[in-house]
Amino acid sequence: MQFIANTGQDRKELLSEIGISKFEDLIKNIPASALFSMEGKSVLKDGISEMEVQGRLSALADKNRPAGKSACFLGAGSYNHFIPAVIPALITRGEFLTAYTPYQPEASQGTLQATFEFQTLIAGLYGMDVANASLYDGASALAEAALLAARETGRRKILVSRAAHPEYRRVVKTYGKSFVVEEIALEDGRTSLKDLRSRLDGSVACVMIQTPNFLGILEDGPEISDLAHGAGALFVVSADPLSLGLLSPPGEYGADVAVGEGQPLGIPMNFGGPYLGLFTCSQKFVRKMPGRVAGMTKDLNGKRGFALTLQTREQHIRREKATSNICTNEALMALAATIYLSVLGPEGLKECATLNYQNARAALSAVLKGKGFSRAFDAPFFNEFTVRSKTPPKIVNEALLKEGITGGLPLGDFYPELKDAMLFCATEMNTPDEIERLGEAIKKIR
Amino acid sequence: MQDIEKLRFAKSHEWIAPDGTVGITDHAQKEVTDVVFVELPPLGKSAAQDGEVATLESVKAAFPINAPVAGKVSAVNDKVAKNPELINQAPYGDGWLFKLDVADAGSLKSLMTNAQYEEFLKTDAAHP
Repeated sequence: MQFIANTGQDRKELLSEIGISKFEDLIKNIPASALFSMEGKSVLKDGISEMEVQGRLSALADKNRPAGKSACFLGAGSYNHFIPAVIPALITRGEFLTAYTPYQPEASQGTLQATFEFQTLIAGLYGMDVANASLYDGASALAEAALLAARETGRRKILVSRAAHPEYRRVVKTYGKSFVVEEIALEDGRTSLKDLRSRLDGSVACVMIQTPNFLGILEDGPEISDLAHGAGALFVVSADPLSLGLLSPPGEYGADVAVGEGQPLGIPMNFGGPYLGLFTCSQKFVRKMPGRVAGMTKDLNGKRGFALTLQTREQHIRREKATSNICTNEALMALAATIYLSVLGPEGLKECATLNYQNARAALSAVLKGKGFSRAFDAPFFNEFTVRSKTPPKIVNEALLKEGITGGLPLGDFYPELKDAMLFCATEMNTPDEIERLGEAIKKIR
Repeated sequence: MQDIEKLRFAKSHEWIAPDGTVGITDHAQKEVTDVVFVELPPLGKSAAQDGEVATLESVKAAFPINAPVAGKVSAVNDKVAKNPELINQAPYGDGWLFKLDVADAGSLKSLMTNAQYEEFLKTDAAHP
């Protein structure tokens, strides 16, 4: 049988049936310049050689300013961290790189074990009972937490701090057909407890915060946890996994669900993706948890083995009653994070987090050397901080860029009241020399 | 152990005793295979006839459990929450799920007797 069965005669009949004489009449509204061919003839100019194409494309690529080639003080959700060479070396092995849905236990013990180890590491890092095999990114993980809270409590109102990542909040709202999202006001760069109290009532499914928050500041987790639980709501925390090398894990101060963006764990910034959604929760919500879960079991001969478990919650079995529509995960990125955490170990993670903490303080001092720069909020922070600047932030960044420095994020687009503020980040990648150069460059700005 | 002749049966394979105790039938427990988890309703939950009140999860799939008649949940079987295999071992005994305060005792008459249920199992409608 022919794959394409319509003959010239068939086409003629089809066209005459709808009252036109030739195929091109169907696409008349496309400008000729955008067409590949017209009346059967190619309208593209002659091609160029592969060598010329490569030359043109590398010239275009050279216009980029990759973080590795400048002193980067930009964070805001995507971070420039050191990636040990063992990570790309292992995750680009064909066995891992090309595997699609590698979930069959008879064929994929390696991947399933890596997923199981990943879950164990992430649950441990966040101080929670269980973690899933990962979700798409930090934003969708937060949105899935809202769905879980609404399912679990039977309530519809989601309170999310305005200090949480603005794009995460947008994703939560996009997911929000089954719930209503209200934002908790900011007060001195943090979630306003007063505003939170005034919004809490019996209709609130969960209170969601991010810590360190988008402005870099650590939130009062224990206090917000008590307030949320006092109203019968769940407490959801989004936390930078690297910060947990140094800070208390959300599980220690009462989080019911803790999520995060896993990109800082050995994943390049990648122009925004693929990233890694981390999702952890208390054991009692395990059947309401979205996504895949790898479990450890025994095979027929009593030997240790790994298999996906709790799949009856998922859409390929439970159809419209499934816990969520997530039937996949970021397996390769989860593997990167697993290797990262194994290579660093608890001590290494603490050292790396400490370096971030110290460098951010050094960078803050450097920025404050500039004329008209001041700290926006007097509050504890991890590796990001907000400063106000008398010179408009965009002009500051243009001046820094001339010195080979990528400056902080201007906050005006996200917080109108912070038009004169910018968010700087420092990581273990920022050398003392870079931080000094930042200070010198800022001093020159008038 | 319930006296099976006193039970009344729903088309979705739940039984209800005269005192409002609800469970799933022996036929149903065989069909769902090994039950590994039960999500029981909170006390006081109201259910319409055929409204979903609980969830059974087996190694194969998850199944909704409906209220055979309208009522309010007055007790749940904590033992099956801890040992879901009781549902397979003793569907008419220790494997009961919850108890309903039946809104209208007359509504039980709309259900099948054991003999009627046995006949129903022979029809296609029993095996969707």
